Amino acid sequence: MNFDYDSEQNDLREAVRGLLARSYSDSEQRRSVVAADPGFDEKTWSRLAEMGLLGLPFTEEDGGMGAGPVEVAIVAEEIGRVLAPEPFIETVVLAGGLVAAVGTAEQKGEILGGIAEGTTIAVFAHAEPGTRWTPTAEGVTATRSGDGWTLTGVKEPVPSGARADVLVVSAVVDGGTGLFLVQGDASGLNRTGYRTHDGTRAANVRFEGTPAVTLGAGGDQTAAIERALAEARIAYGHEAIGAMDTALRTTAAYLKTRKQFGVTLNKFQALTFRAADMYVSLELARSTALWASMVQEAGGDVVQAADRARLQVSRAGRHIGKEAIQLHGGIGVTAEYSVGHYTSRLTAIDHLLGDGDWAADRLAANVASYETVDPLGAPYA
Amino acid sequence: MRLQLSPELEAFREEMRTFFTTQVPQEIRDTVAAHRHVSKEQYVKTQRVLNAAGLAVPHWPVEWGGKDWTPLQRHIWREEMQLANVPEPLAFNTSMIGPVIATFGNQEQKERFLPKTANLDIWWCQGFSEPDAGSDLASLRTTAVRDGNDWVVNGQKTWTTLGQHADWIFCLVRTDPTAEKKQRGISLLVFPMDSPGVTLRPIELLDGGFEVNEVFFEDVRVPADDLIGEENRGWDYAKFLLGNERVGIARVGTTKRMLAQAKEHAREITVGGRPLSEDPRMAARIAELENELVALELTALRVVANSADGKPHPASSVLKLRGSELQQAATELFVDIAGPLSLASFAGEGSDVPEWARVATPHFLNYRKVSIYGGSNEVQRTIIAGSILGL
Repeated sequence: MNFDYDSEQNDLREAVRGLLARSYSDSEQRRSVVAADPGFDEKTWSRLAEMGLLGLPFTEEDGGMGAGPVEVAIVAEEIGRVLAPEPFIETVVLAGGLVAAVGTAEQKGEILGGIAEGTTIAVFAHAEPGTRWTPTAEGVTATRSGDGWTLTGVKEPVPSGARADVLVVSAVVDGGTGLFLVQGDASGLNRTGYRTHDGTRAANVRFEGTPAVTLGAGGDQTAAIERALAEARIAYGHEAIGAMDTALRTTAAYLKTRKQFGVTLNKFQALTFRAADMYVSLELARSTALWASMVQEAGGDVVQAADRARLQVSRAGRHIGKEAIQLHGGIGVTAEYSVGHYTSRLTAIDHLLGDGDWAADRLAANVASYETVDPLGAPYA
Repeated sequence: MRLQLSPELEAFREEMRTFFTTQVPQEIRDTVAAHRHVSKEQYVKTQRVLNAAGLAVPHWPVEWGGKDWTPLQRHIWREEMQLANVPEPLAFNTSMIGPVIATFGNQEQKERFLPKTANLDIWWCQGFSEPDAGSDLASLRTTAVRDGNDWVVNGQKTWTTLGQHADWIFCLVRTDPTAEKKQRGISLLVFPMDSPGVTLRPIELLDGGFEVNEVFFEDVRVPADDLIGEENRGWDYAKFLLGNERVGIARVGTTKRMLAQAKEHAREITVGGRPLSEDPRMAARIAELENELVALELTALRVVANSADGKPHPASSVLKLRGSELQQAATELFVDIAGPLSLASFAGEGSDVPEWARVATPHFLNYRKVSIYGGSNEVQRTIIAGSILGL
């Protein structure tokens, strides 16, 4: 049992940090990137591909690096640290994860290969207006049409949905929720993209008899979706840890330099105690996120581990995000200064795949079925 | 990174679990489980059982009964002890004065005190806090003045836990009132509690119990040989000792046990025809506390698995802070599950209220102490803000 990165993992972290620093060494660079479509930097995306990061979790056979969840977590945390807007988790972890889990050999070769090379942006079109955080589809339905299928209905908001080259779409089929692939240039596909509060992009994606092919063998894929969502929750948890870490460091630095009443703000215990509490929240969330990645690596119950990480990270993210702005004062609410953007992104992460209350409810439904939790024992290890 | 314990550590955990659940008398473990006060005899009995098996002072130097375990092994030892409702070896002996004597004492003091300290043949108490020196411990005013071969001690200590059982006291005294820094003129003396001039006055706490005391010193004569370490270096030893006090203070095993009990009790209370355990708000509250505890346990594991270079892990400072908050939250949960039954706090025989509900509020009130002792949570925040965040 240990929580430390090995030397290769430390090297990976340094390499990713160095790569992202080229694009996002200050918050102005990020601001100009997210101001224009597609909301991220295609050059940075290519560099991520060149370093092999876009194929990190895929098998070598599928064009990837065969790395594990801990390596993915390292990249996600560095992304969060500088708020890099590239859709790494959306494309590699979530859409890529679904293709890797249920796709045919041919689909894996083509789509995962394309993702790894940086030539294919794939996203999971799953959320629907009026529902929330379920592993099933309700408003988009799939209908057989000759040898293939057509999809009808609306998905929204779909992260990077307008830019995506390929959509992995969940849709109602007989007996459950199926997964389908839709090409970005398919007929009957209408996409309206927009900017989101955290600087990324999302879209309304409308299917009107849009041709689609099943991902993998077809049939009900609810369990695969639940698992892929859990893995993405863990990865977003690490992105949030990176963002919280920067938000806290930025806040501490500000308290040491900003003067009011003739002294720097760190002379006020009312402020330093609140910063100390932010540190407590961060470290508890970090431990839980690291653990969830280890559970995933060990083949334990990744869904339940992800719920635990989601709850802890959600509470910490709200606490740290709100306090980071408050301890800065008015400048924290401006678009020009960095710290508020961290709060904005943490808020987005919190609502993408389930918030803290949602995770707490899921854990509560199960709480009577066991006596104590052993994080190093069943069902986690 | 690796989640599982090694097979050797799994076996070690199993060995600890088996020992604690089979070798420590059930009656003593039941006392702890029921949150009743553990008697002096029960503490002594338990520590001697542990010491006979080499499990009372594993963190001491090997020549004095230590085990040369890794920090992770010590963590497992402590967690399993708490999960099994075993009263921990007396902290004043095993975590405080024992390691100080082993590190800073002379050979004669080590031979004289350490074996008896490990076996609880000597019961130690702590003479640190004073009425005007709480969190600001260095401002203590109890004095020791040299007179021939003796120190003559005058002054007062307070919050001396279980001093009523104690044979000896380790006491911070001011030996150089002229020192420029107040931390500089302090020494550590040890002397018997039945020395002429020592008076103990019990302090009743909110739960009706007596666990802390005031101790008064009037011309108490202490042989110069009973000064530990060097004269006027007592503050260094106190810091060393308080550092040990924070080890294991997260008390994850204890809180985990309490949450498991809370689930049981919530099944015994009926609300609107259904067990309270099925109330969504109650279930969510328990689930949330349990998750906070998982986060704390993982943080403790992160810290102990990474103490290789000997420096304390920065995250160790959150253990006391969050650990105390969660202990308190668990005791509060008991009161809320008991609801109106919690009022029967001092009911005796003839009451239909179950014992757990009777002790719930006294326990809750008593546990307000855990965020105050061992460096109050405000002291912990000061440490985090200062040494970690650089504020």
